[in-house]
Amino acid sequence: MSKLASFFGQKVKVINLGIPSFAEDLRQQGVEAIHTEWRPPAGGNKKIQALLARVEVWQGQVKAAKGAR
Amino acid sequence: MVVCHLIKKQTYFDSVTLMLIGSQVKKLEGIENAVVGMCTDYNIDSLKRLNMYHQDFVGLTPNDLIICIMGKDKATADAGIAEVENRLKSRKPAGGTSAELPPSTQEEAARRLPEANVVLISVPGEYAAREANQALQNGRHVMLFSDNVSIDEELQLKTLGVSKELLVMGPDCGTAIINGVPLAFANAVRAGDIGLVAASGTGLQEVTSTIHRLGCGVSQAIGVGGRDLSEKIGGRMTIMATRALAEDPATKVIVLISKPPAEGVLKPLFAEFKNIDKKIVVYFIGADPKIIEDQGFVAARNLEDAAIKACDLSRKTSHKPEIADEAIASLAAKQKMTGKNLRGLYSGGTLCDEAQRLLQPVIGEIFSNTPVKGCKEMADVYKSSGHCIIDLGDDNFTRGKAHPMIDPDYRSERMIQESADASVGLICFDLVLGYGSHPDMAGEMVSAIKLGQQKSGNRPILAACICGTEDDPQGYQQQKAKLEEAGVVVFPTNVAMVKFAQHCLERK
Repeated sequence: MSKLASFFGQKVKVINLGIPSFAEDLRQQGVEAIHTEWRPPAGGNKKIQALLARVEVWQGQVKAAKGAR
Repeated sequence: MVVCHLIKKQTYFDSVTLMLIGSQVKKLEGIENAVVGMCTDYNIDSLKRLNMYHQDFVGLTPNDLIICIMGKDKATADAGIAEVENRLKSRKPAGGTSAELPPSTQEEAARRLPEANVVLISVPGEYAAREANQALQNGRHVMLFSDNVSIDEELQLKTLGVSKELLVMGPDCGTAIINGVPLAFANAVRAGDIGLVAASGTGLQEVTSTIHRLGCGVSQAIGVGGRDLSEKIGGRMTIMATRALAEDPATKVIVLISKPPAEGVLKPLFAEFKNIDKKIVVYFIGADPKIIEDQGFVAARNLEDAAIKACDLSRKTSHKPEIADEAIASLAAKQKMTGKNLRGLYSGGTLCDEAQRLLQPVIGEIFSNTPVKGCKEMADVYKSSGHCIIDLGDDNFTRGKAHPMIDPDYRSERMIQESADASVGLICFDLVLGYGSHPDMAGEMVSAIKLGQQKSGNRPILAACICGTEDDPQGYQQQKAKLEEAGVVVFPTNVAMVKFAQHCLERK
């Protein structure tokens, strides 16, 4: 069975980023959900965000290369 | 008029919370306008457009909050600011010690709940892809509620999702029910053996709710975002989700709801379906059902029909619409139209689309802000003329405002405006219940209806359809009773309401 089909039937646990009521609704239904007080990265500074994005791409490439070894 | 403002640096709230507070404070006595928002380019443009901009806003970042109120005098505007602050305080989660403070990043949240398997993202679109990418890299499924995610970002995310066999539901995906859990805007429906994949939010809500009310149930309801079956995305999520439902022992019947796929996607999609040893119901909104039937699949004619056909296959018995055509005709026969025009005030985009498609061949000229083939574009979306069917959840109406399923303000205003037009004989609207939606939309609509009738003295026929179930937080019967008490004729589906409208318009 595929990985996705095996996921069906498992208990859903949620990380919520953004609208807080989505996490509140889930908790009211007894679903484990953690709400994140998310805010734009790098204090909203677009130049630093662009640099961060480049670092993240680089980190992803390093991770993929390690995985391939 | 006096404009006062308050800046709260490094204080972040999500846009829905801020838009709702701004909308509530705007209603207070003596307040002309209220902009409560993070210092984004869009909000700065709005402030300039509304003549509420101030030099103090220069150099602020999207992490800084602006509260800006236009009032009849300084005292009123200051009181408005104080009211916003009070409302914001009540929204902040109580946190005594630092251990109780909520996490501020996805990484931190994942450290606290490492077994989390779904990340629900509703941050501003420009940041959404980054968060979704991070979730996928860490092996978690994604529901991407955010819009304004580019199609290139969507392609990158879905390619990654497919390679890791992880769901990317969205972008702009409002509804999903995964393993019995309703995510974002979804209805409380019974568990069952019907699995759905949909590139339409309210379409999925209408079909899952109808399935529930017909006595059947849902295994999974997977939203894939409106562009999944485009040429560029190639149906990546639709195909992956359908394959998984084909393997899922809890799913007996599969339903697909979408706009007609791009030419290049249709063939591989049907080829995929042919390998599936389960019954498949397909509703391509607005397409000729023959293209589906010719391939040996069950074609649905509309959203209600998709639910009925899925239930028939699930139970191997025949299901009927909740209200028979004769009963609809008889309800219409009791009504008298005082004006000749129809106005449809929709919060659900697919429901608005469905109403246009069903009514246009029968009543002819229809105007809309989101016209389907055969209908015409409204010259001014804020002023109706002739028969108009309006999607109030479209971008025109939601820039800087919450969606009409959450915030009833503009629809209430429009209800009063349409009631004042003596040419209007029939007003139709939808009520979408469920998680995420307004707690009492029926109450809000009834207040607007009464105000409209008092102001104008006009009595157009009022009809509503309720998309929801008795198990939804708002309660189907309670919402229905409120509307009926105010003289609204209530239908279980949009299709039934549209048939009623057709009878009324033919009899006028």
